[in-house]
Amino acid sequence: MTGPYSIGAKVKVSQGLPPGHVRTPLFLRGREGEVIRHFGDFPNPERLAYGLSGLPKLHLYQVLFTMDETWEGDGAYAPGDTVTADIYETWLEPL
Amino acid sequence: MTERAISDLGGLPGGPIDTAEHEPTLSERRVDAMMMLLRAKPRSFWATDENRRTIEGLEPKTYAESAYYERWVLAMRGLLIEKGVLSETEIEAKLSEVRARHAEAGQ
Amino acid sequence: MSTHEHHDHGHDHSHGHAHDHTTFQPDIREPSEEWEFLEIALRELLIDKGVITAREVQDQIEAWEKKSPEGGARVVAKAWTDDGFRQRLLEDGNAAVAELGFEIEALKLVALENTDDLHHMVVCTLCSCYPRPLLGVPPLWYKSREYRSRAVREPRAILAEFGTELPETTEVRVVDSTADCRYLVIPRRPDGTEGMSEAELAALVSRDSMIGTATAFAPDGEGRSG
Repeated sequence: MTGPYSIGAKVKVSQGLPPGHVRTPLFLRGREGEVIRHFGDFPNPERLAYGLSGLPKLHLYQVLFTMDETWEGDGAYAPGDTVTADIYETWLEPL
Repeated sequence: MTERAISDLGGLPGGPIDTAEHEPTLSERRVDAMMMLLRAKPRSFWATDENRRTIEGLEPKTYAESAYYERWVLAMRGLLIEKGVLSETEIEAKLSEVRARHAEAGQ
Repeated sequence: MSTHEHHDHGHDHSHGHAHDHTTFQPDIREPSEEWEFLEIALRELLIDKGVITAREVQDQIEAWEKKSPEGGARVVAKAWTDDGFRQRLLEDGNAAVAELGFEIEALKLVALENTDDLHHMVVCTLCSCYPRPLLGVPPLWYKSREYRSRAVREPRAILAEFGTELPETTEVRVVDSTADCRYLVIPRRPDGTEGMSEAELAALVSRDSMIGTATAFAPDGEGRSG
């Protein structure tokens, strides 16, 4: 019951650049990560932002990225460091 | 080419963090309180995401140069008009009155 | 920024509510900026039209003043001393903190446990999401452009600025709070705290240790500077 992705699934964040209110940060677009947690389903904030109901609800995941995947060495981090973001299913693609 | 939303800051360069503590001012507390009251039940005039969308819609210069609660009060103004709670005309009239009152009090 | 001797409280009195001059005494500063005039204008219009009352605004301010990092520290100290609670907190944050009387509506509270191997540090790169019911109003730095920009890319540099040095073998995991979850970090319980009471332990849990830019204080007072 974790929606389209199971824990441990490898995913890629969509490259999309839609105008308007978006909850997936730019620095992760197109990056590959791993689903580490499923939070349940929530109204779509990108529709709630325009006064809509946000329905149907979307599955929300915590996705883990290595710092190297994200910054390709250009940052102040140690080799094993990571970053996570909470990403709705509509922003993820299976790998 | 990629359009970065003005609020989407992750990974941008920046200077050192100023960790000085700040006790919220009365104006800041009032903005915070009003925002909560207007957004929460029973009024529910707008969703948190509408507030975010409105803040992101501020002119980039305004977003960059304004303080946190300044952005909030500007968003509140926009949303109160958008939702038909207040009109732009009455806000401008009241604002003139407040400025005048303040100028007088400051004499 | 100009300040004025003369305080204009006429708008409060005109609505028939006793204005408590002592409540905000340390913070009273005459509004001088345009956004502060806008705050006054919107508030007065909303009150005049009966949309909100001055009393509600005051009550709301006072309700939020009661929320502070001491709440979060109680939760952490309980998790340190009660393994069953710790498990419940990690599994369902909202239900676990409700046991201690904290109501968190609408948002999903997620507790992150720091260990020798894994250190979580929370940021909101898109806005300023923060577990306010447990930590109160966020500090200015948490909402700052600098922290929101750099945390996901330079976590070790930021930790160093906060005086937090972690070995390379500890994974620093930056958690970007981008959606409906609000994160509370459970800092690693400091060594040498065996036998301490929950209240004594709670005093070691700083706000920053629950955001993840710091660790909990050592019982000998180490790390308490600043």
